[in-house]
Amino acid sequence: MPVPRRTERRMQALADLAQHAVERLRALGADHCEVGVASGRELEVSVRNEAPELVKEALSSGMSVRVICGERVATSSTTDLDPDAIEGFFCRVLEMARLSEPDPLALPPDPKELARRIRSLDLFDPRTDRIDAATALRRAQRAERAARRHDRRITASEGASFGRSSAISALATSGGFLGTAAGTYQSLAVQAIADDEGGKKRSGVYWTGARFVEELEPPAAVGREAARRALRFLGARKIETARLPVVFDREAARSLVGLVASCVLGDAVYRGRSFLAGKLGEQVAPSFVTIVDDPHLPRAPGSRAYDGEGRATRKNVVIRNGVLETFLLDTYSARKLDQPPTASAAGGGSIPHATTSNFFLRNGRKKPASLLRGIDRGLYVVRMMGFGFDPVTGNFSRGAEGFLIEGGACTVPVGEITISRNLGEILADIEAVANDLDHRTAIASPSVRVAEMTVAGT
Amino acid sequence: MDPAFAERVLARALAQGGDFADLYFEYRRSASLSMEDGRIRVAGGGVDLGVGVRVVAGEAVGYAYAESLEEDEIAEAADTAARIARGGGGGPAVTVKRRRAPVRYGAEISAVDADGAARVALLRQADRAARRASRRIVRVDASLVAVHKEILVASSDGAFVADRQPMVRIGVSAVARRGRRTEAGSSGGGGRRGLEYFDEVPASFHGEEAARVALVNLDARPAPAGQMPVVLAAGDAGILLHEAVGHGLEADFNRKRTSNYTDRIGKKVASPRVTVIDDPTVPGARGSINVDDEGEVPRVHRLIVGGKLRNYMHDRISARYFGRKRAGSGRRESFRHPPMPRMTNTYMEAGEDGTEEDIIRTVSRGIFARRFSGGQVNISNGDFVFSLVEGYLIENGRITAPLKGVNLIGNGPAAMEMVSMVGSDFRFSDGMWTCGKDGQSVPVGVGMPTIKVDALTVGGTEV
Repeated sequence: MPVPRRTERRMQALADLAQHAVERLRALGADHCEVGVASGRELEVSVRNEAPELVKEALSSGMSVRVICGERVATSSTTDLDPDAIEGFFCRVLEMARLSEPDPLALPPDPKELARRIRSLDLFDPRTDRIDAATALRRAQRAERAARRHDRRITASEGASFGRSSAISALATSGGFLGTAAGTYQSLAVQAIADDEGGKKRSGVYWTGARFVEELEPPAAVGREAARRALRFLGARKIETARLPVVFDREAARSLVGLVASCVLGDAVYRGRSFLAGKLGEQVAPSFVTIVDDPHLPRAPGSRAYDGEGRATRKNVVIRNGVLETFLLDTYSARKLDQPPTASAAGGGSIPHATTSNFFLRNGRKKPASLLRGIDRGLYVVRMMGFGFDPVTGNFSRGAEGFLIEGGACTVPVGEITISRNLGEILADIEAVANDLDHRTAIASPSVRVAEMTVAGT
Repeated sequence: MDPAFAERVLARALAQGGDFADLYFEYRRSASLSMEDGRIRVAGGGVDLGVGVRVVAGEAVGYAYAESLEEDEIAEAADTAARIARGGGGGPAVTVKRRRAPVRYGAEISAVDADGAARVALLRQADRAARRASRRIVRVDASLVAVHKEILVASSDGAFVADRQPMVRIGVSAVARRGRRTEAGSSGGGGRRGLEYFDEVPASFHGEEAARVALVNLDARPAPAGQMPVVLAAGDAGILLHEAVGHGLEADFNRKRTSNYTDRIGKKVASPRVTVIDDPTVPGARGSINVDDEGEVPRVHRLIVGGKLRNYMHDRISARYFGRKRAGSGRRESFRHPPMPRMTNTYMEAGEDGTEEDIIRTVSRGIFARRFSGGQVNISNGDFVFSLVEGYLIENGRITAPLKGVNLIGNGPAAMEMVSMVGSDFRFSDGMWTCGKDGQSVPVGVGMPTIKVDALTVGGTEV
């Protein structure tokens, strides 16, 4: 879908502003610079017991700048885009650069490496900005009503919320790159509560989100699923400490894949903060495991045509058939590690670092339900808690909620337990990958089965 | 900022009706330095300013903001926020009166305005101290972030009150290597202070401490899995209270009946040894505030006294719902966010059970938990986790071996019931904690004496 003419004109205005900023910074003494300008609109509403609780609307805009003077780097941002204020802002950034120390690796990419053509990725829905507060409230109300009516055991509600946002941006660099981008996103979330014994409450959360309005799940379906998720935990209990096979549903598996992502980013690798450092070319997972960073998926949340330094993005296969093939690198981390950059730079004008786009474990062939088959006693994990992960060693230990697997099927709900093992061992011990990947989030995964983890309970 | 200006905008915010309106003016400056491997890689910082306008009609909130201090842009935000009350009558005239807040922190010179070379020197000290600790320290990264916020809250019930909120925070991380084994350690601190913080806690201390933890971890062995007694060291372990108790007592969750502490005021929710306080008045602490983000001068909240639940923490909306006096727990991340009930500095009062050694001596097999990297709670069922980054095995009343980092999991009220010893060695954690709720981050403090919890689940790997 093409971006509407009016939006295109606003994008052009941002591009002019960014371009002008590059010229001014050069005139004031910057050897190199990158300027990102962005402008966004958002609406966020929430309802509880069907009454409106919050309506928040805002327009925002800002500029971020990275300057390099004599190999010294400074970054700054401002929301005050008034011409006089901006001139003062530029002077302060240049002044700040004197505090940092010269670093020849900090220079921007060779202009020859910058994107010439900007790929169209279909990320902007013109309908998004037209959703008004009344429509948003109605959607949230419908979702919450469906949750409350689903079952009498739903006794309270944290409410339902609907949010929409649209953003346009431009990036200009002293190397000659000038690009613009536009994107939208909307989401609807419901949290239902059921009363359990001993004053405990069980909450169930479900949400839908997409760049295009038409791709959202219907509100009533979202509400019903939130209710089901609260009810399924009624009577949850601890289980005995044991080593068990563990199946992660796709939402839980997503956070494992997110941890892998954090350990393949260039900065983590050169700082010694990745258990995967030094393992390029090694078999780190079984041959049916392939993990991809793909910025070109149409309509996906993490898609982008150019990176924060103005390189054309590309698809990177990080783990191919179990072999670690590449890290994700911006210019700086690529130079640090003496490897070719992968066009993975974050931001525009922020401290340069590598980031992911759509980072996901590729679908396997199995249906999710078949992952439980053959498990005599195991754990099915649907939710994890806490930040128990050490990227340096890969040691993983987090709180978990889910179900006991007995005789190949989920039986009772379990909670207040932890699961732990080293992430390197978890990756190597993946036994099966299901085919239920969805791209609702930029980091995504299908369900997976891991042969064994330590489950700590009673 | 002129009271008459605030009165005009507030009147406009209430033009469609609505019970109440407030304005939150914010001018925030920051300055940061990051040092990587001995070199200042980037100097950064910036300015952010704007005004948030809130209109409250019943329990509904209309919110909008302007990234500007221009009257026409703020008035436009007021019109947007006012739509929540559409259909109501015209608002009355508004008068505000300038009020002074008490002063619980201040900085001689805000760290934001401190000389750049002085800030660079601090990072160098930290870096050198970490490297000096051992030849096994192979990498050191450090950062220094300074923030200076000026806020002003004006409300339709007459408040017009300003505050200056300085903040400084240093963070150091070190990587140690021996043979093929690599481990990391980190340390950080600061508060609502200027650079005078470093007269009390030298930057080199955080360097040494980061190195010490990394070196200890080189010898760490796999932690056990399962339920056992846990001794929590004084200071940082206050994170346990923040997660196990604090969030569940924020009144918005209880108003919505989604917290497992709903309807439990006056009831026993912890061992009689436990008294938990949320105190915004601690001088210079990271969570302290002179005035909350709704313009109220905050008081000390005694949340749990002798094991009995006494109070929730209220913002304006929940205080009205529960018929309580406002107590100043309304906080927000910035002018882009509406306020909600939040913690400030949450701590457990000292008890009478002696020192760390006295308490460790009573454990035949368990864990001594010293440093933490963070935690999380599910306020509905009360389950909480926190991540241990420096811990030791206790065998027969003595510390025997360092353990690999693990998660600890428990259930709030159950864990607090199992607090069987509370030491007399209370300590505040050095200021490094940030609390996240509904996508809003605010700085907080925690504190704790050494305590013993008879059973928590330790998420190790050894069965």
